[in-house]
Amino acid sequence: MSIRIDKGKCVRCGQCALVCPGGLIVQDEEKKAYIKYPKDCWGCAACLKECKVGAIKYFLGADIGGKGVYLYTLDEQDFLHWFIVNNDIQHRMTSNKRESNKY
Amino acid sequence: MVLKPCKMALKPEILKTDILIVGGGTAGCFSAITIAENSKAKVLIAEKAHIKRSGCLAAGVNALNAYINPGESPESYVEYVKKDAEGIIREDLVYSLAKKLNQVTQKLEEMGLPILKDAKGDYVSRGKRNIKINGENIKPLLAQAVQAKKNVQILNGVNIIDYIVQGQRVSGAYGFSLKKNLFYVIYAKAVICTTGGAAGLYKPNNPGFSRHKMWYSPFNTGAGYAMGIRAGAEMTSLEMRFIALRCKDTIAPTGTIAQGVRARQINSLGQEYVKQYGVKAGAEASTPQRLYATVLENREGRGPCYLQTRGITEEQEQGLYKAYLNMAPAQTLKWVEQSRGPGSDNVEIEGTEPYVVGGHAASGYWLNGQCMTTLQGLFAAGDVAGGSPKKYVTGCLAEGEIAALAALQYIGIDDGVVMLEQSLIQAKVDAVNLYFRNEPGLYGLEEVEEAMQKVMDEYAGGISVGYTVSRAKLQIAAQRIEELLEISKTLRAADLHDLLTIHEIIDRLYVCKVLIAHLEARKETRWLCYQQNADFPNKDNVHWRKYVNSRYENGEVKILLREIVKRDEVYEHSY
Ligand SMILES: Cc1cc2nc3c(=O)[nH]c(=O)nc-3n(C[C@H](O)[C@H](O)[C@H](O)COP(=O)(O)OP(=O)(O)OC[C@H]3O[C@@H](n4cnc5c(N)ncnc54)[C@H](O)[C@@H]3O)c2cc1C
Ligand code: SF4
Ligand code: SF4
Repeated sequence: MSIRIDKGKCVRCGQCALVCPGGLIVQDEEKKAYIKYPKDCWGCAACLKECKVGAIKYFLGADIGGKGVYLYTLDEQDFLHWFIVNNDIQHRMTSNKRESNKY
Repeated sequence: MVLKPCKMALKPEILKTDILIVGGGTAGCFSAITIAENSKAKVLIAEKAHIKRSGCLAAGVNALNAYINPGESPESYVEYVKKDAEGIIREDLVYSLAKKLNQVTQKLEEMGLPILKDAKGDYVSRGKRNIKINGENIKPLLAQAVQAKKNVQILNGVNIIDYIVQGQRVSGAYGFSLKKNLFYVIYAKAVICTTGGAAGLYKPNNPGFSRHKMWYSPFNTGAGYAMGIRAGAEMTSLEMRFIALRCKDTIAPTGTIAQGVRARQINSLGQEYVKQYGVKAGAEASTPQRLYATVLENREGRGPCYLQTRGITEEQEQGLYKAYLNMAPAQTLKWVEQSRGPGSDNVEIEGTEPYVVGGHAASGYWLNGQCMTTLQGLFAAGDVAGGSPKKYVTGCLAEGEIAALAALQYIGIDDGVVMLEQSLIQAKVDAVNLYFRNEPGLYGLEEVEEAMQKVMDEYAGGISVGYTVSRAKLQIAAQRIEELLEISKTLRAADLHDLLTIHEIIDRLYVCKVLIAHLEARKETRWLCYQQNADFPNKDNVHWRKYVNSRYENGEVKILLREIVKRDEVYEHSY
């Protein structure tokens, strides 16, 4: 379980590094974020939700069944869009932040 | 010329406040809000991460598991918790928090938490004590409410390591910054400890790359227990470990599936198996019973075990995808990645490694009726506080409120905080700086952590031994943990993150040491899996319907047995 940050997309806001509950993300000398301790990631997804440009890829380790698919999020006011990318296919799911779970 | 690397060192910084809150999680944030709403006292929250997403609530939660739905009462709540925990609860503490559950829930709703309502505007219940919410944003909402309070100062990125103890009284804490080379000495008239429970004591389900894909927050490493232990505070029921039954690999909650779509537990032969393991006719199986049954089915060769979801409707499947995104997104990712959702495949389940968590089990600080520990001026709430299992989010909030009000009352009476001698402070800073000076030794940080988790797994009832303990094995565990405590003094920190890791390892070793003593002390089997003793396989109500408590004195764990405190008793510490 971990994340990887796309340096090309990162706009250096530092928000992901701020919120990670384990302090695992740091910014390099150009202020681009990267995960310094990938094996210590809890998979809480807090960092993804902070990233306004969808630069953070969240994936399952190969040891827990990961096969190269990843997830990222984009925030749009009351909605949170979750994108799961499998090669060229992109699934989108949207949760309404004001709506409760049914289960 | 090769320059010798410049050695790091922390410099002391002195702060003062009225009430120090250690850990800005669920209970800590709510304590701060309560104090701000009831007084002008100055509050300082010291949080090792950032309060926006720190602690158990980082990913979001699924439901509020402790709420008194119509037809239930605080009295029936106490009865339920008592039965589920085999009688070993502080009935007084559970009762006082039960009376606040609905009021704190209303407060969460006012902060903006979406709660599912029916056409009449009443909360929709999910069982007797649960209500349905969208818990994805619960921590940012709490953090926002704290940030709006003027007299609350928040120190993010500060790891607290020990209390300032003067005689029998706690008057602040020591810590260090994770951003600057600073050693904090924080004086306070009262301290509330809300650091959560302890994960990472045992070898986890996924020991490799995904070692932190666990149920409990891997960043809650028992600091609050360890600080209390070192300061000589009385602890209760550490032997009542908590072990969860979770979705395989992702360690995501199973309750959402089990209760949401009424899925049953089946083995690989398709048989429903839980009832065969001593569940009384008509009764609902408890968590330890469901777990125990799963361990035995696997041992008998009838594993893997599953939640039977195959055949649920498309709509149900979509509902589960969304519910998991809001609390455990790895599970939804897994379903989509496999191209097989819960409607096509049953969901495999497994037991986790054991945790010490006072919000689910009863382990933690021994408190008086007002959440004060046996050290004067030190209060505790949430997963670090003992005696009241099954408190979950709302119970942690309720307890946070009780502790806050008691701390306020305490600082009204007592104002004597004496500043420490400079030499004492320097000695404490020097001790921490030593980790920067240690030469690289034979063992690194990861090796010591792995060694601890392996010892606990094999000799103190981890996953590999089906959670069972015995005296002979516990004695080996005790010996090994002692050796690792010695080794931990030689660890070397290259930077502030290493220094944090070293403290997290040492704290867990202290928790292990006391946990082992508690497991050895209870000479019966009170709870399947949580505390299952091979030497004494049965429950013994005549001798052991008691709390196992302990105090750490001069390097030894001293065990004390105490009688059950009843619901309407007013419990005070006797010094
Ligand atoms: C994955 C998961 C899902 C859950 N789902 C539900 C649910 O659906 N419903 C429900 O009712 N309950 C649920 N619970 C239980 C509930 O979330 C917890 O019982 C509760 O949040 C614990 O609150 P706390 O304040 O004790 O700990 P936390 O909220 O974890 O706070 C502890 C804080 O202390 C900080 N800290 C730790 N050590 C130090 C230190 N040395 N110095 C400074 N700061 C420190 C941590 O960073 C953290 O912010 C869940 C728990 C988990 C782990
Ligand atoms: S949140 Fe996104 S843009 Fe901001 S620093 Fe992190 S990766 Fe870069
Ligand atoms: S998923 Fe959570 S633990 Fe992992 S890097 Fe992001 S914020 Fe940190």
